[in-house]
Amino acid sequence: MPLTLTDEETRLLAGEGGEGMALAMRVIAETARLMGASRLVPVASAHIDGALYHGDSGTLFAEHLVRLGAKVAIPTTLNVGALDLACGARTRLPPHQHDMAYRMMRAYEAMGCAPTWTCAPYQAGHRPALGSDVAWGESNAVAFCNSVLGARTNRYGDFLDICCAMTARAPYYGLHVPENRRAVFALDCSGLSPALRRSDVFWPVIGTLFGQRAGTEIGVVLGLEGCATEDRLKAFGAAAASAGAVGLFHILGETPEAPDLATVTGGRDIPAIPVTASMLNAARAGLSTTGETAIDAVAIGSPHCSAEELLELDRLIAGRRLLRPFYACTGRHAVAALETSGRRRALEEAGVTLVADTCVVVTPILEGVKGVLMTNSGKFAHYAPGNTGYAVQYGAMAECVESAVTGRLVREERLWS
Amino acid sequence: MTRPALTPLLPGEASGPVLRLSAPLSFWGGVDPASGRIIQVRHPECGRTIGGTILCLPATIGSSSSSAVLLELIRLGIAPAALVMGTPDAILMIGCLVAREMGWAAPPAFALDPAGQAGLPDAARIAADGNISPLS
Repeated sequence: MPLTLTDEETRLLAGEGGEGMALAMRVIAETARLMGASRLVPVASAHIDGALYHGDSGTLFAEHLVRLGAKVAIPTTLNVGALDLACGARTRLPPHQHDMAYRMMRAYEAMGCAPTWTCAPYQAGHRPALGSDVAWGESNAVAFCNSVLGARTNRYGDFLDICCAMTARAPYYGLHVPENRRAVFALDCSGLSPALRRSDVFWPVIGTLFGQRAGTEIGVVLGLEGCATEDRLKAFGAAAASAGAVGLFHILGETPEAPDLATVTGGRDIPAIPVTASMLNAARAGLSTTGETAIDAVAIGSPHCSAEELLELDRLIAGRRLLRPFYACTGRHAVAALETSGRRRALEEAGVTLVADTCVVVTPILEGVKGVLMTNSGKFAHYAPGNTGYAVQYGAMAECVESAVTGRLVREERLWS
Repeated sequence: MTRPALTPLLPGEASGPVLRLSAPLSFWGGVDPASGRIIQVRHPECGRTIGGTILCLPATIGSSSSSAVLLELIRLGIAPAALVMGTPDAILMIGCLVAREMGWAAPPAFALDPAGQAGLPDAARIAADGNISPLS
């Protein structure tokens, strides 16, 4: 079906809303045509992934929009930038790149985006209502928004996200359409030990397995009723969206569109794959890229640590001094909460470097030693080798802390056998 | 010899060596925006350079910043000569659309299922209508 625009959308396309608005409508209408959408849908909010510097092109585009008078028309949060403007963690970008990254961040702020600078906007107060249409970028945020909040968004690529924020419109296709949100396969975890299912370290691994199986399909995970927390769902979605093109997942009995199997499948029979210990161990082994047991640095916080996770880190360190560099990536919202709790100083004195507004895998913060990085994040494990040159060891947050205290890999295998 | 025509998504002509990716790739975290080299260590074609190729993607995965990486490759003149996608991927095509808005020459994009991709010659010329011929 060809794309039909409303009278107002046609006028915006013709330039009645200014040149910036016309540009945004052109990009949205062309995307709608390419993806086979027959109309646009009003969106209530946006989350912008496009303000991270990958080269001068993104900065030039953002400043082009500002020159054309672009302003966002709906509440809009910002994903990470390439610089830490809140905690001052040092980014080792050369001067030109540093300047362009800074200009890019300021350009998006100038368009009216809220300077949240976090990949976990849903933990910084941006929580769209169940069933509402929104336009979000950043793969983990998209997965959380669709799956845990039950709002509806496609995986909006950089630049389309700001166009949606300016026009308050998005192409109506994909996950905006209720019928496209049903599960077509299931992963059944009911055969796994309850202790494993209730451990934080399990969730990025099952998320990775889910993403590998899903590709672009939508699935539901069975057997995890009563095991999820918000931070576990966050970790699952980030891992799944790194391993596959996962924009939406369902956890039976835990996520809002999966109260029961009939609802989440639309009443159809779907294949259910039993998850075995060997499948899980293969996915877990794939998150590490080395057998090396000397640990050179630790990074957590992809997605950004919540205030609860930072306090958990503080409890696990228990007043000890970390031998290895330890980076905790987080948002300024969580740093503010940490300060309120009075624990920021203790954490930093133990040797934790707080990195806000950005993270160690999207911008060069890690020392250039190219050694072994340990992480509890399925997403860091996936992207760190390519982006930082470090090899990766995956483990629980507690294991990351013990490894940072001793400088050697400390990992508990019993849970997985 | 006639070959199945590609379906033009963003029409245009292209020619070059055909690089078939044997696994899905996220451009962000998977391709170095400064060189066009595949840097995802778990990817079978890690180390290959995508610039100037007719790049066949069975599927794209991962980051929504892949459009930004493609835009940077386009600005630097080291983008693929054409994108051939198993299923139309909005994220990559946005990179092309924004490049056009900026006045930078963007590669054309075509749809062709993975079986059709496997049947492409090692070097090819694609006409604007999607007809493909081997490049000798």
